[in-house]
Amino acid sequence: MDLILEGLIKAFQLIIALDAEVLGITWLSLKVSGVATFISVLIGISTGMIVALTRFPGKKFVVSVVNTGMGLPPVVVGLFVTIFLWRNGPLGFLDILYTPTAMIFAQAVIATPIVMGISIAALQNLPAKMRLQILSLGATRLQMVWILLREARLPLMAAVMAGFGGVISEVGASIMVGGNIKGYSRVLTTATVMETGKGNFDVAFALSIILLFLVFLVNFLFTIIQQRERPR
Amino acid sequence: MTLKETILSVENLKVKLGGVSILDIPSFCIREKEFVSLIGPNGSGKSTLLLVLNCLVRPVAGRLTYRQDDISSREATFDYRRKVSMVFQEPLLFDTTVYNNVASGLKIRGMQKDETRERVMRYLKWFNIEHLAPRSARKLSGGEAQRTSLARAFAIEPDIIFLDEPFSALDPPTRNALTEDLASILRETGITALMVTHDQTEALRMSDRIIVMHNGSIVQQGTPLDVMNNPSNEFVASFVGMDTILQGKVVKASDGVVTISVSGAEIDAVSNAKFGETVYCCIRPENVSIELVHPDDLTSARNIFLAVINDISSFGPFLKLTLDCGFPLVSYVTREAFAVLDLKEGKKVFAAFKATAVHIIPGK
Amino acid sequence: MKLLKTASFSLAAFAFAFLATFAPTISQAAPANKTIILATTTSTQDSGLLDELLPVFEKQTGYFVKTISVGSGQAMKMGEKGEADVLLVHSPDAEKKFVAEGYGVNRMLVMHNDFVILGPKTDPAKIKGEKSAKEALKKIAAANALFMSRGDNSGTHALEKKLWKSTGMNPEGQKWYQETGLGMGQTLSVAAEKNGYSIADRGTYLALKKNLGLDILVEGDGALLNIYHVIEVNPAKWPKVNAAGAKAFAIFVVSKKAQAIIKTYGVKKYGSPLFFPDAGKDPKSLGL
Repeated sequence: MDLILEGLIKAFQLIIALDAEVLGITWLSLKVSGVATFISVLIGISTGMIVALTRFPGKKFVVSVVNTGMGLPPVVVGLFVTIFLWRNGPLGFLDILYTPTAMIFAQAVIATPIVMGISIAALQNLPAKMRLQILSLGATRLQMVWILLREARLPLMAAVMAGFGGVISEVGASIMVGGNIKGYSRVLTTATVMETGKGNFDVAFALSIILLFLVFLVNFLFTIIQQRERPR
Repeated sequence: MTLKETILSVENLKVKLGGVSILDIPSFCIREKEFVSLIGPNGSGKSTLLLVLNCLVRPVAGRLTYRQDDISSREATFDYRRKVSMVFQEPLLFDTTVYNNVASGLKIRGMQKDETRERVMRYLKWFNIEHLAPRSARKLSGGEAQRTSLARAFAIEPDIIFLDEPFSALDPPTRNALTEDLASILRETGITALMVTHDQTEALRMSDRIIVMHNGSIVQQGTPLDVMNNPSNEFVASFVGMDTILQGKVVKASDGVVTISVSGAEIDAVSNAKFGETVYCCIRPENVSIELVHPDDLTSARNIFLAVINDISSFGPFLKLTLDCGFPLVSYVTREAFAVLDLKEGKKVFAAFKATAVHIIPGK
Repeated sequence: MKLLKTASFSLAAFAFAFLATFAPTISQAAPANKTIILATTTSTQDSGLLDELLPVFEKQTGYFVKTISVGSGQAMKMGEKGEADVLLVHSPDAEKKFVAEGYGVNRMLVMHNDFVILGPKTDPAKIKGEKSAKEALKKIAAANALFMSRGDNSGTHALEKKLWKSTGMNPEGQKWYQETGLGMGQTLSVAAEKNGYSIADRGTYLALKKNLGLDILVEGDGALLNIYHVIEVNPAKWPKVNAAGAKAFAIFVVSKKAQAIIKTYGVKKYGSPLFFPDAGKDPKSLGL
């Protein structure tokens, strides 16, 4: 019980003092996960749209692969990405192991199937004849795509939230490909694990609170937008 | 009636899905300001034809011409599609307000805000949904939603409007009201319309021309009266509700009046069929009247038969009687008449119908 | 609709901002020869010594050091695969093998601290004050007292195994001998929680003392010395290794400046230094 109290106190201290290192870690967490989510949204929604709206052989197989990808253990992704990015690995020439770039890459790999899977479900859930109705109103292909995305905006926003939530709280892959390097690739999750390992439970607690608050804030903002779109 | 200009025509249209032939139409056309109804059983290809005419489905073969211009090229197809619109059985409204829905076709075309506003309000008024403009599409009744869908399709002021069973999901009073509104708006705007419907009464009331489809082909087209009373074959006959179809041989023919021998009985009809020909006699149930005693000279009907009531079933506001006169005969009576005549199964009655009520189709 | 437009535009703008802030970060690390990958152990990292040493080194030389802290075992594996440039580890027997097999060059003595045997105040195995680490372990085994091992091939684990070997006993598989597979700090937390014994480097113990509730029961035995070496990964085996950077780091860590920092590190915070500088000394003087 003292520990929790100590943790809360330490958290306030660090936050109020605007401790430079903590701020840096927080900002890096947002940057890395934000960019990774953005990439996954671009890829996930566009490919999801293609899969959902076109007919092609093996479609069911592709959709099952995507759905399996949604449950990919992040630490497995981390291991695979690390092996690829090793100096002597196939992508070693990129020289990005133990950098935030590698973390963005791994997190994007984790988030993309999530965003893609939910997008496919969202678009397939639209009425079957909706596409024809939109085209019959004289829409160009591009306009049709935009209208369909707009019609599915509620679940699509949920997809973005799911993608972001999945990666900002991720720690296994981030440690493996990032290296948890002080001031460079250390984010809230990896720092929390490290501080716990060192026995600095109050600091770990403080970092956890900040992380929770961050996740809550982002989700809260998105939920407001999502629920606002709901007509009265 | 002056011959109107052809606005849309097809030639040698073939549509296949997965190797199965869905449509096979050698030629077909719609004239300007016409209201054409497309009827036929499920699976006859009506909806597919509509989608092809709208250029939403590509045929395997065939040519579409709009006002004398071939519209097979991508560009021409797109320009054509911007001049027509379609309403489906489901309203398929967008998740926004009624106003935004009706405005969507205009927004797609890049119309300015003021012009859009004027247009949208006009069509909202015409369809009596002005008061619903700010309401969300999710909160509409079936009738209100379909009105919005219609307003949305009309707001772009198309040359041709295609409708695929737009009212079949609505209850009868709503359906009637909407049918009236649609008919009057079409009359006022002079827009050409092609509607698929299951409701033959609706088709009868509203259309200039009816087209009957079966198994992907057009089996008959003509004015409503034409199709309803002069079906060209047994399929159309039974489809348009001529429940009694009897095969027989012409045993007497003179001056356009013939006598047909059917299962031992003789039926008089008006026809130019020749002696010895095998024909089908088609009789509408509404044209068969029931009497308890032989009507003698009280009726001008030339065909009077003693009959036994075999089966009684409900048919909307009527009761459908299946009679045995030596040949099967179907009649409709009102519930009032049914009660007054005290009809029941097994009762012997007299069935009578005029010679003019017998429609002759050449037999096989 | 308008809100969605604004939202998507701001999202795009945001993303641009992110990417813009990133470009410099990427280019900062891009030229590979300015970056050194230092593989070291969690206990070294957790002691905080590197947080003192590295900034000085980086300022002096302009290199950027990426410290990857894992167990000694994994650090040497990284060296074997050429995935690290220089190692700072404390597992002498494994290190000798590493160099003998040609993976490492220029192994230099850096510093030492010592291990201590920790346990609960109640000391059920009665090892307090025992001078011989070997004997203390024998007593723990005889009492079937709970002992937490790191079990992760780290330098600490290697030393612990060596000690057990010297007792002639093999504790593995016994119920009272538990392997956590975790870092030093976490293993000590578990030991404290379960009132068990453990072996730890003095540095980690001092850093965690206030939260732990474990006491030092045995110390000072020569067998408990924990000796650190710096080893450059052999560039002949792995050409991609930053040989110049590795050499620069190795030279720095045995330099007078670095050794002075090592000598005084920890005094202010814990009252006694955590490490003892040994660069240049004869290895035999430490019993190696």
